[in-house]
Amino acid sequence: MDKILRVNMSDLSVKTEEVPAAWAGLGGRALTSTVVAAEVPPTCHPLGPYNKMVFAPGLLSGTAASNSGRMSFGTKSPLTGGIKEANAGGTSAQAFAKMGIKALIIEGMPKDQDKWYSLAITCDGATLSEETELIGKGNFAVIEALQARLGKKIGVITLGPAGEMKMLTSNISVKDPEGKIRSHGRGGVGAVMGSKKLKYISIDDKGAPGVQIADPEKFKAASKIFSKTLLDHPVSGQGLPTYGTNVLVNILNEAGGLPTRNFTYGQYEFHDKISGEFMHDRIVERGGKPKHGCHAGCLIQCSQVYNDKDGKYLTSGFEYETVWALGANALIQELDDIAEADNIMDDLGMDSIETSVMFGVAMEAGVLPWGDGRGVVRLLREEIGKGTPLGRILGGGTEHVGTTYGITQVPVVKHQGIPAYDPRSVKGIGITYATSTMGADHTSGYTIATNILGVGGRVDPLKKDGQVDLSRNLQIATAAVDSTGMCIFIAFPALDIPECLPALIDMINARFGIALTGDDVVSLGKYVLKTEHKFNLDAGMTNLDDRLPEFFEKPVPPHNAVWDFSGEEIDAFWNF
Amino acid sequence: MRIKIKLFANFRDGRFVVEDQEYPPGTCIADIIKKLGIEPEEIGIILLESKHADPEQELTDGANLALFPLLGGG
Repeated sequence: MDKILRVNMSDLSVKTEEVPAAWAGLGGRALTSTVVAAEVPPTCHPLGPYNKMVFAPGLLSGTAASNSGRMSFGTKSPLTGGIKEANAGGTSAQAFAKMGIKALIIEGMPKDQDKWYSLAITCDGATLSEETELIGKGNFAVIEALQARLGKKIGVITLGPAGEMKMLTSNISVKDPEGKIRSHGRGGVGAVMGSKKLKYISIDDKGAPGVQIADPEKFKAASKIFSKTLLDHPVSGQGLPTYGTNVLVNILNEAGGLPTRNFTYGQYEFHDKISGEFMHDRIVERGGKPKHGCHAGCLIQCSQVYNDKDGKYLTSGFEYETVWALGANALIQELDDIAEADNIMDDLGMDSIETSVMFGVAMEAGVLPWGDGRGVVRLLREEIGKGTPLGRILGGGTEHVGTTYGITQVPVVKHQGIPAYDPRSVKGIGITYATSTMGADHTSGYTIATNILGVGGRVDPLKKDGQVDLSRNLQIATAAVDSTGMCIFIAFPALDIPECLPALIDMINARFGIALTGDDVVSLGKYVLKTEHKFNLDAGMTNLDDRLPEFFEKPVPPHNAVWDFSGEEIDAFWNF
Repeated sequence: MRIKIKLFANFRDGRFVVEDQEYPPGTCIADIIKKLGIEPEEIGIILLESKHADPEQELTDGANLALFPLLGGG
């Protein structure tokens, strides 16, 4: 029987509760956003006792369904001031599902703010303990120590030093199948865990009953079809496994939508030196792994292991957004410097998008020279990692640094740094940045698929026509997919191969013995967005928060495109 | 006429990264794709002067053409 684990940090109690009927059909993002909306006062301080942390595996997590191992984390974000869902791979979602944990809710705040705690979850229940040894340690050291204490197979959710310091760039890190790190990345969610004084959660699923499938035969048949669509689609079956997400550097550069020098240009002269093609060849040459999955059961394997010039591990999960932000947007030409920075951010527990976009603004401000890769590495280690006054400013993220230094070209929406696609030359993604309940977030409605990549049809990226509808449809679909535990990259086959989505729905139906239709799934997506939107409005946001910064009125080469949507046109997004 | 052709991802295998090539007037993008030995269904993205274009599009002297297989990321 599925259960809710509720941990109260004020009285250090742990309770096991029955799943309320209204939550039974929900998972992943639908569940985390429902719990946050129901239990967190929208106007509360995100780092105060009224905020909560909610972890929930997806509806299909823990089953044999391919790519279903994503865990959602929900809270009120200290960065955006609104609701947040950040999902990650790793091993914890499948472990939770197999142990029958529908959600883990962590609430309250210890009265004694000098003490730190850990939470151990096993099949016998959950236990809070005081932690002293690992406080101040980086994520890799935490994972290593816990594997030594509890065994190699242990699942770990950990808070790095940035989260301990409650920085707005901090994330929550999750151990992946190889003992490296995946992240609940955005929104400064690590700061919330830091405010609860929780250093890590260990998960031991030994003896877990496993997930019960209502109709195993039907599930198996649907799962087979679903997996085939993932392997058959050229993007999920070939492109992503070979080149990873970083293949986008050259595509966006050619299309004139690769933000360069803190969003001043749309193309980067040295794009080839940071491209996916270059990275692939270097990984192979140095004996790294071009293919790597972030969770067991991933067929797409878009991740990779990147070695240094001596063939030693330098980083993994080295994504386009990080490479873009430190490469084109901060003009760093040496991929090894970017990889080293990526690894330090993993260890400190920092959002590699927010932190890297911040460096573009810091360079604009003259904190360090443009393209200074060694400078970035030094600032991460010596200032941010040690929590010096400068480190605290930088650790506050993109907007924080812009405000401190009086910079006007600050790429944020709802206080969150804008990722790797210029909204002037890829207009659909601008609508997503503006309207997403998450703040500027490309994954919440990835119009790049249709605007640039020719997946799911074509909508001209340089024209306004069709962008609001495109973003709305994708945001609704994404909210539903984020509730299943599926990786968002299943959207590529789902947009192009007719059998993909019905097979996904058949798996959910077979898992629970229910009869959802395609329309029900769309309704679920709409429900999630509306629930999140209401939370944000109740937290004090208005439609005027759904706007891009005014510097996007300036033309960006090579198309000399400008952001030219009126407020009224953007607000039409919410007409559903 | 002279056309600058840029290839990406596995289109580079056994071909080139970037080349200026001579073509007769009236050449369209599909002709170039054929001459490069790329099957039409392998084509994911065609960018001409950084804008999306169709295979039937006729080229002019000095054109910049970029060809990608179906790719994605994010």
